[in-house]
Amino acid sequence: MNGLIPTEEPRRMRGDGFWRKTWAMLVKEFIQLKRDRVSFIMIVTIPLVQLLLFGYAINTTPRDLPTAVLLQESSDVGRSILAALKNTRYFKVTELPRSEAELDRLLASGKVLFGVEIPANFERDLRRGDMPAMLVAADATDPVAASSALSALGRLVQTALAHDYAIPQAASAPFEIRTHARYNPAAKTELNIVPGLVGTILTMTMLIYTALSVTREIERGTMENLLAMPITPIEIMLGKIIPYVLVGFVQAAMIIAIGVFLFGVPMLGNLGVLAALSTLFIATNLSIGYTFSTVAQNQLQAMQMSIMFFLPNILLSGFMFPFAGMPTWARWVGEALPLTHYLRIVRSIMLKGATVTDLHYDAAALAVLMLVAMTIAVTRFRRTLD
Amino acid sequence: MNAGLAKADDGRDVVIDVQHLTKRFGGRAVVRDVSMQVKRGTIYGFLGPNGSGKTTTIRMLCGLLTPDEGTGTCLGYDIRTETDRIKRKVGYMTQRFSLYQDLSVRENLEFIGRIYGLAKPRAAARAAIKRLDLSGREEQLAGELSGGWKQRLALGACTMPSPQLLLLDEPTAGVDPKARREFWNEIHALAADGLTVLVSTHYMDEAERCHEIAYIAYGELLVRGTVAEVIAASHLTTYVVSSRNAGGLSALGHELEHKPGIDMVAPFGTSLHVSGRDAAALEAAISSYKTRGDLEWQRSEASLEDVFIDLMSRAKDNFQ
Repeated sequence: MNGLIPTEEPRRMRGDGFWRKTWAMLVKEFIQLKRDRVSFIMIVTIPLVQLLLFGYAINTTPRDLPTAVLLQESSDVGRSILAALKNTRYFKVTELPRSEAELDRLLASGKVLFGVEIPANFERDLRRGDMPAMLVAADATDPVAASSALSALGRLVQTALAHDYAIPQAASAPFEIRTHARYNPAAKTELNIVPGLVGTILTMTMLIYTALSVTREIERGTMENLLAMPITPIEIMLGKIIPYVLVGFVQAAMIIAIGVFLFGVPMLGNLGVLAALSTLFIATNLSIGYTFSTVAQNQLQAMQMSIMFFLPNILLSGFMFPFAGMPTWARWVGEALPLTHYLRIVRSIMLKGATVTDLHYDAAALAVLMLVAMTIAVTRFRRTLD
Repeated sequence: MNAGLAKADDGRDVVIDVQHLTKRFGGRAVVRDVSMQVKRGTIYGFLGPNGSGKTTTIRMLCGLLTPDEGTGTCLGYDIRTETDRIKRKVGYMTQRFSLYQDLSVRENLEFIGRIYGLAKPRAAARAAIKRLDLSGREEQLAGELSGGWKQRLALGACTMPSPQLLLLDEPTAGVDPKARREFWNEIHALAADGLTVLVSTHYMDEAERCHEIAYIAYGELLVRGTVAEVIAASHLTTYVVSSRNAGGLSALGHELEHKPGIDMVAPFGTSLHVSGRDAAALEAAISSYKTRGDLEWQRSEASLEDVFIDLMSRAKDNFQ
């Protein structure tokens, strides 16, 4: 026992040693950071991955906007315009509806952002110089995407016609483009942003609530007790998620109410449908947060994972930049994010009055994401301390 | 009560019956080839130094760890495949306080009552609070309780669902002597009601309060039986030396430590315990000191502590 106390009084530095003690603390923090391999790796990967991801994915000039073309007459001019649309990078003709009703449905469901209608007798009127009107319906819920594409459209059609049919490229076009900016005719940004914020805020808050839930139990030592009790991983998960569904619901109601009453966002659709799908979205994010919690070894890792997930949700979902502007791979990434689907849901319901039938794809996508997250969480949950 | 519980020789049910349990962490065996049997109603003391594998063994018994080798049953259920059933009937008190610090005493107990599916969790919690003498503290947060009260609460929490087996991992570490005594009285009362208790500790006085003990060191179970059996099996001869001049004892201790025939010298207040495995060699080693006038030699029975320290040093020799 005599060996415990040094035989010689150790030499001590003079003074209070402010910097020395700071140094001691600093060295300790570095050692701990180095020990936490996952966090250490994330120091490099978070900026790197996110920079490359967003650097290549984000493009404010939209491209390949999904467009529906309704040809009310079968004419060379009509076909020529269709070909011109197909040849540009701005538009991507994805649908050829047969009726106006069908075109309206495509727009309402968000399958297309643009609808171009060539009315009957367009070619005849054009050749006669009667200034026929080409009808363009744009989904203006995202004003940025809509406006730049609209300005491109006029030039495009005129060039195409001049080239193909020697229809003189006069100072003024021989036809008229009658634009109808649907759903947000005044192109007010807040009508687009506020519903989007519902989803963004919910993503952030919900992730954090559950991302720490399991790691917290492990770090506080309560997990050992919990595991020794007759409770299954599914019971633990549901018990941890459901309270926050309620919290999320209150938050959603608050944001939507403020959006409607303070920002004047319309509420064209069914409030019940919005509530139901918002609940689904909330549960999806909580499940994903919970999954992080079962994978992470400590709270720091869980937080980093949440941030890693939160950023693409903001940048690749169509919240900040037009979804249609992103390259295909980035859109696939976007499809895997709950916020992408919820943005479509909340904008469609509030601004377009969409119904469940219009939104079944996005609702199903949310449900699938939720179930995948829950499955991973339950299988990843360590039932023993091995 | 349970299907298929084996009977011991004396006809009592065997509650814990495990053979050759081995557990490795990162290639290092923490528990090696441990076999043990615990009979119903026994207070079974699980002794050993820190890091000897006590906690790991207990965790394997209640399904928190899967053994790498070995088989066994706990309450008649397989410890590998039927952990869900074991958990319903075992009360496990962790070494570190693991109830929710930010819940009150009552809320913690109600939570446990609900998890174990008690019909009236509120009433059960109220009854437990009364039984534990925690009345007046039920609304206090568990994290704000003192060490002794925390331990009482933890014990109350794991006995509340009326388990058939209690696994207590160093329940009295850091608890004052009075609280420890009360705790042990409680354990004896529970055992008298037919509850089986496996309790790990490194306090020797607690070992003597157990019906049976097992000593584990370096992951191996070295000895088991009643206290008397364990002492007898050690074949340790011990002398207690006291001196009129207390300061000289320390020097004497150093001197004796290295003599052949003397395996262990340990100071106990104003006296030294000098022990050896070979009685004749020990006598020879101390004969010259026995005649010294300032020392008083007295033959005594080895204490449990002497036995364990001896076992440990022997085990250490085996592993090095």
